[in-house]
Amino acid sequence: MQKILLILLYLLMAKTSIAQIDSTLFRRKPLDSTGMSLNMDAVYNRPFLSVGKLPVALGGYIEANYQHLGTDGISEGHQFQMRRFTLFVASGISRRIKFLSEIEFEDGTKEINIEFAALDIEFHPLFNVRGGVIMNPIGAFNQNHDGPKWEFVDRPVSATQMLPATWSNVGFGIYGKQFQKDWVLAYEAYLTNGFNDKIIDNSEGKTFLPAAKEDRERFEESFNGVPLVTAKGAIRHKRIAELGLSYMGGVYNKFQDDGLELDKRRRVDVVAIDVNSTLPRLRTFINAEWAWVYVDVPATYTQQYANKQRGGFADIVQPLYTGNLFGFNKSVINAAFRFEYVDYNVGRFNETGDNISDHYYAIVPAVSWRPSPQTVLRLNYRYSWRSDLLGNPLSKTAGIQVGFSSYF
Amino acid sequence: MKKIYLTVTIIVSGFIFLISCEKLEPKAPFDDEILDGPIEGLSTEQNQMFLRGDVAFNDDIFTKEKGLGPLFVSTSCGSCHAGDGKGHPFTTLTRFGQTDENGNTFLHLGAPQLQNRAISGFEPEQIPADATFSKFTPPANTGLGFIDAVSDADIMAMADPNDANGDGISGVPNWIALKGFITPRNSSITNNGKHIGRFGKKAGAYDLLQQTAAAYNQDMGITSTFEPYDTHSGQEIDPEVSNQTVHDVVFYLRTLKAPVQRNLNDGDVMRGKELFIQSSCGKCHTPELKTGTSPITALSNKTFFPYTDMLMHDMGKGLDDGYTEGTAKTYEWRTPALWGLGLSKNSQGGGYFLLHDGRARSIEEAILLHSGEAQNSRERYNALSQQDKQKLIKFLESL
Repeated sequence: MQKILLILLYLLMAKTSIAQIDSTLFRRKPLDSTGMSLNMDAVYNRPFLSVGKLPVALGGYIEANYQHLGTDGISEGHQFQMRRFTLFVASGISRRIKFLSEIEFEDGTKEINIEFAALDIEFHPLFNVRGGVIMNPIGAFNQNHDGPKWEFVDRPVSATQMLPATWSNVGFGIYGKQFQKDWVLAYEAYLTNGFNDKIIDNSEGKTFLPAAKEDRERFEESFNGVPLVTAKGAIRHKRIAELGLSYMGGVYNKFQDDGLELDKRRRVDVVAIDVNSTLPRLRTFINAEWAWVYVDVPATYTQQYANKQRGGFADIVQPLYTGNLFGFNKSVINAAFRFEYVDYNVGRFNETGDNISDHYYAIVPAVSWRPSPQTVLRLNYRYSWRSDLLGNPLSKTAGIQVGFSSYF
Repeated sequence: MKKIYLTVTIIVSGFIFLISCEKLEPKAPFDDEILDGPIEGLSTEQNQMFLRGDVAFNDDIFTKEKGLGPLFVSTSCGSCHAGDGKGHPFTTLTRFGQTDENGNTFLHLGAPQLQNRAISGFEPEQIPADATFSKFTPPANTGLGFIDAVSDADIMAMADPNDANGDGISGVPNWIALKGFITPRNSSITNNGKHIGRFGKKAGAYDLLQQTAAAYNQDMGITSTFEPYDTHSGQEIDPEVSNQTVHDVVFYLRTLKAPVQRNLNDGDVMRGKELFIQSSCGKCHTPELKTGTSPITALSNKTFFPYTDMLMHDMGKGLDDGYTEGTAKTYEWRTPALWGLGLSKNSQGGGYFLLHDGRARSIEEAILLHSGEAQNSRERYNALSQQDKQKLIKFLESL
């Protein structure tokens, strides 16, 4: 018994001594400020914290908010939401081998996801191999989605409700970059597990790529054995802009099982374009993404599930004030504005030839305060319009959202 | 100093923004602009049941996992009745296989309802080459509880099968056989063991339980203890929707409010109503009915204004599709309630799709397609001046 007590006392003391580690040993890896980083770099361009010469760096971010939204006169009242708590662990295994993982707790613990857990091996700057759980590089937002980087409480609807951000899968691929004076060119290409037939058979009642995330087995086995191809090319000029063009496509249905044919192979294909730029002098930051989704829906199914979708968003962020505010020397106050649009069903009714509606659009004026580059406090006013499939009078939702997001 | 002003401005603006949050949100539409919402006078327990039914009706979307199909017409109740209003050609039903009171001779081939859609790997139904068929636009759901609570005696009092009054109008009930799970109303009137149907284009459904269970089964391919047979295999399978959910939906439908008329005191609307009555439209589209005693107190002994007599009428050859239900003739249609007519566009994608199959794209076109017992009324309408026609239509749009 005494031995047990001694062991417990020893463990307690050891824990206390670790908790009292000298904080001067912490080193924070600074964010890339060369102006040459790309959206594809976002996964590593985070403020990691390392201790002494330990090869492991830690990081993460937190995102919480209050909102009061109403739809056509009916409000859900005051809502406090813990949107995300994300942990990063990175490790420089050797000079050209590194590992990073990102584990996210969404809406409390309602969703716990490994969003990224990949090993990178550099053979040449133009040829790196990445394997593990990767974020498919479709558009810009899917890879560059950390809350503290954005002035808006909600993620773009086109990125999360049309495209399936955050969309991660198990797979392997290659990527590389080439610098040439003020230019940087980059590419990525991956083969991963992919979608499943929930994208056209889900409780949303529409073609809904995010429904594929309900299949938790995709980290263990492919739904149909056909890899999803994702590829992206990007180009950036240091003083002008970054332009990205991406593609993701594969078979989403189970066309055979146990050697028996069940259906023809049905494809889902996505094309996205993204651009971002900071205007000189004004320092206005513009960031936009647009995507097209094509799905081979059986002709005998319901047109409620679209063959084609399109949508995107455009953000404008204007710094208004830079300087000391409440003792935060590097404070920045921004005015921001987002416009977003999604057409969930591009097409015409077989019965009438009329346009199928099912649109969503929103505007979000915002004010944000960044007491430090890693922390943002934001005040948004969101006003959105939603039409049903038939194009009946629009349903309107609006209200305020106040929240913060910070790396730690 | 400037920074202090800026800070104060931000804080004060933010505070004002926060305390005025509800004023920044969209306003609710007026009660007479929408069809959904419960009748007044429900208890808190009934409100809860209404809400459960509302969710099941409007939010539950069936998938393969939840039992959808394999053959179906739609994936949810709400997709056919947007905002509880009339439907659209996209969700129009097709029924086939019955030409007279002797019953449907195509039941073995999937009759009476065509499931024109299918989940992947299955083929939807086709109408047999020699079967007649009719298309049915989904009706509005509002005020159904009032219709349900009218006594059989009151319906029979409006019937005039032999046109005893010589006005050329001879409404008759559609006598239908009851399904085993249906409990007849108190004081129900029968004819050779058959009861008065009152729901559906042909009044082929006795009550909202029959209507709801059939819709789950025939529209979405969802089995229940009431309708346990899969529409594709014909086999009895496990229920895919619970009795509680079916009863919640039935309660929701029974307690949806009656549409509220707009512009009641507008001179044109008032004159339009006079013309409507003078043209004898109101002889079938009976303006006023009353409910009997209902187990839902809020529905008991109420006067309401549906503009229907709930009876079958000969509508002429132009509207005779060669298909029927119960004892009705193929050219007979149950007088549709006109309440909510003016709000139809809000659930039909901005345009009208009127009459049983949505063939009329305007109220005037619908009037002009009336024939049979309604021919005299149509001719009276045709004889009106253009201005009076507009007033009559304005009245109909106010309903």
